[in-house]
Amino acid sequence: MPEITLIEGVNLALKEKMAENENVVVLGQDVGLDGGIFRATIGLIEEFGADRVIDTPLAEAGIIGMAVGMAMNGLIPIPEMQFSGFSYTAFHQIENHVARYHWRTRGQIPMPMVIRMPYGAGVRAFELHSESREAYWAHTPGLKVVIPSTPRKARALLRAAIEHPDPVVFYEPKAIYRAFRENVSDEPETMEIGKAEVVREGRHITMIAYGAMMPRTLEAARMLADEGIEAEVIDLMTVSPLDEETIIESVRRTGRALVVHEAPRSFGPAAEIIARLNDKIFFELEAPVARVTGYDMPPPFFAREQWFLPSPTRIADEARETLKL
Amino acid sequence: MAKRAGKSGARATQAKTRAKKSPSATRASARKTSSKPASKGEAKALGAKVTDAKASAKKTPPPGHDHPDPYAHLFADEYHREYEASHEEMLGFYRQMLRIRRFEEKAGQLYGMGLIGGFLHLYIGEEAVAVGFDSAAGPQDRVVTGYRCHGHALIAGCSPKSLMAELTGRAPGLCKGKGGSMHMFAPDHRFYGGHGIVGAPAPLGTGLAFAAKYRGEDAVSLTFFGDGATNQGQVYESFNMAVLWKLPVVYVIENNHYAMGTSVDRASGQKDLHKRGESLGVPGMLVDGMNVFKVRAAAEEAIAYIRSGRGPILVEVKTYRYRGHSMSDPAKYRPREEVQEVRAHHDPIELLKERMLDAGIGEAEIKKIDRAVKQEIDEAADFARHAAEPEPDELYRDVLIEEA
Repeated sequence: MPEITLIEGVNLALKEKMAENENVVVLGQDVGLDGGIFRATIGLIEEFGADRVIDTPLAEAGIIGMAVGMAMNGLIPIPEMQFSGFSYTAFHQIENHVARYHWRTRGQIPMPMVIRMPYGAGVRAFELHSESREAYWAHTPGLKVVIPSTPRKARALLRAAIEHPDPVVFYEPKAIYRAFRENVSDEPETMEIGKAEVVREGRHITMIAYGAMMPRTLEAARMLADEGIEAEVIDLMTVSPLDEETIIESVRRTGRALVVHEAPRSFGPAAEIIARLNDKIFFELEAPVARVTGYDMPPPFFAREQWFLPSPTRIADEARETLKL
Repeated sequence: MAKRAGKSGARATQAKTRAKKSPSATRASARKTSSKPASKGEAKALGAKVTDAKASAKKTPPPGHDHPDPYAHLFADEYHREYEASHEEMLGFYRQMLRIRRFEEKAGQLYGMGLIGGFLHLYIGEEAVAVGFDSAAGPQDRVVTGYRCHGHALIAGCSPKSLMAELTGRAPGLCKGKGGSMHMFAPDHRFYGGHGIVGAPAPLGTGLAFAAKYRGEDAVSLTFFGDGATNQGQVYESFNMAVLWKLPVVYVIENNHYAMGTSVDRASGQKDLHKRGESLGVPGMLVDGMNVFKVRAAAEEAIAYIRSGRGPILVEVKTYRYRGHSMSDPAKYRPREEVQEVRAHHDPIELLKERMLDAGIGEAEIKKIDRAVKQEIDEAADFARHAAEPEPDELYRDVLIEEA
């Protein structure tokens, strides 16, 4: 198969799963004729028809609520929110129904559903179009939060999410939708939900990131390597539930860690990872675990966007500080 | 809804009009000719004003139609037909309505004794709505409703023991004591809950209907919500999508006149709630919800309308709750006389009982049902008081299907 972009990976997984299982349906604003606001669903309506690729009215709460009813009656709906910042009007449907139906019904009604939403800054947009609020969903028991960082992972993780029995919030890093290409296998590939991956090995510090922060974190690791600092880099892939095992195994070896996300700093995923490291291996740490994050503010307009986002320089600087201790 | 007793919805597809005018029909026609209401109390109660003012209005068929629209009468200002029930059916209605009432009364008692936690919203006074619709539905149809859900769950086929034990938070409860009053589910009985957030089940019922249509099922989704929910935006998002895709969903507004403590008059610009779907293309019916024969007939016709493939329909059923919004509601927002008036003159179970006696059903037969229902509910309460509480490890169970 030729090299594809991340968004083509999303599209490929949707096509594959729709062909495999007729209970899989895609719904959302402009997902059909228009092929999706970012073209994630392009070609689907031609291949699977308007009954399965459903152009909805502009109504996020109604779309997610409908999807809940569809899942209750045997379908696997994949609703798309055009931007993660638009999902707030559907928040209560996700929090009150999607996340807890299986629990509330004592296992009688599962909620197999993948809610896709592009997230993050870096596309010269503004606040509601640039939000990174994975902590909302990670904080909700009953949901899983999956964030791919490469085309191959987008395809393999989305396939896994669609096959997964629990509801998944699939957070797509729109800043790197078309940033680079990657070879994917001709055979359908699936990656396990709930597993992180060590994508670069090193012995001095563990840097943990996901989604659109991965290329920046890897770039920081290369900058550090020029100075003789060997950073290990972990791609979380699933933010919730956290793959504690992979993280702890790595930090135990390096003794130092740094967490990167573009979401606001306070109460973000980094805070949770730091808490777990302190709980589990506090006495094996050589230095306090650091974090490089977005600031506690709405994402700024495009002129100041890059100042808001963790840059490779900021990440490398913070790593050096940690290594001084 | 597959296992309920006395089901007869599949048999009759067209409601029959009552040949003889019923006492209430007589009252209604008396109002029609009278320039002012019979009494202040009556005027206040249950849509009497609506009946007075608009009872004779008729819809003309759209131009170009040679034949009158067979469904035009549904959308006359108030639906008048009554279902002609056999003795057996009347006994079935009576039993189900009484089961709901006795269940709710008993639940209220247990709540007062501190045996039920959370909140408790009783369906007393509204029994004819659930029973009328349930009896008209087929075994394949589905029900979804809001937080005043015990009655719907009960007649969907859930055992009173499992429901009462759910209220007392015990392990054998319908949802193992994890759902409680507002969150009961029984997909085996085609009952899809029990939802705590007002208005939120509207899109769920719409999605159930979507999936039914997608899967080629001939199943209607009966989606109940209250007058308060009609001011929630997602209800209209649902209407729009249901019309767009001609989904088999009946939206039933259980209009008990009060959203907690705020009356429809004080909360709604358009107070005729059955008209709330018009601009989106959802036609609305208005039905007297205190008369089970009318509710049954209306439900049957609404469901037939849906099965004809015409898309969704909205049925506003005017009803009344005798108790407060929940157990902690002193109901200071309405005069005590109003409640007394409805109880004395419009009680759905009393009306049904009168009709049964008129029809020649003996007191003895009615008393037999009374005794059996009392025993069933007493046993449920005993069970719910003494059943074991859930084990602590039950709390984590089912949060996720695949644990990390």
